[in-house]
Amino acid sequence: MCNSELRGIEKSLARLSEVGIRPVAISVDAPDVSRNLAQNQGYTFPLLSDQNVEVIRRYDLVHAGAGENGHDIARPAEFLLDSTGTVRWINLTENYWIRARPEQVLEVSKVLK
Amino acid sequence: MNLRRINWPLWVGLLLTVAAFMSFFFIFVRFPITRDFPWANFVLFAIAAVLLFIGLRRGFAPDRPHPTRSKIVSVLVTVVGVLVIGLFAFAYFVGGRMLPASKGAPQVGQRAPEFTLPDSTGKQVSLNELMTSPINGKAPRGVLLIFYRGYW
Repeated sequence: MCNSELRGIEKSLARLSEVGIRPVAISVDAPDVSRNLAQNQGYTFPLLSDQNVEVIRRYDLVHAGAGENGHDIARPAEFLLDSTGTVRWINLTENYWIRARPEQVLEVSKVLK
Repeated sequence: MNLRRINWPLWVGLLLTVAAFMSFFFIFVRFPITRDFPWANFVLFAIAAVLLFIGLRRGFAPDRPHPTRSKIVSVLVTVVGVLVIGLFAFAYFVGGRMLPASKGAPQVGQRAPEFTLPDSTGKQVSLNELMTSPINGKAPRGVLLIFYRGYW
């Protein structure tokens, strides 16, 4: 399921780079798990590993007990930051099956300086 | 094998119900247009429901070779089909909404909290680096943070 969203990002990578946007994905997966995912799926954008759920907690995105063996994981969420690190757009989906589309991000990226 | 003896709309209806259920998770979830609203699955479920209804009527027809068995089987199969459709609707519309509210997440206009995390090669990467290291030789205009559940 997550792959459906990340695949969309990979496909739109050229268009995102053109407008100067760098996508970065974050999950609780260990670096080697992310490496396998990137290799299998051909992802070329960074996949960061928050195994201690620290950053996910700081962003208040913990989905308690929703992972394998009841581990805490991140709920799906997207943030577009401008070059000063200010949040310019948020997508906190209310339904697991509904995710942000790259076209939405390209559309809102027009507000960035 | 005689098509008149077999209640084929009933069984095709059941198969189609199961196929409609599975196809979301294996096929339609891959495409935003069939993922963000499962209309393709609902079309398949609608066709399956019509077949189940025809099968149910056929099961109650007076000319069935084993009238009692035919009635019981057609009712059971229809109930299973309806349960599968109900389970799908529940998984999508109720199960899918079981997400935390995340009221404390950074809001529009706020600074995103700084972080440093290892990438898939184990190299430490900070948000600041992501925002400043050039894309195609130019300073980035923005960073899109995507939090995802993980590969498991």
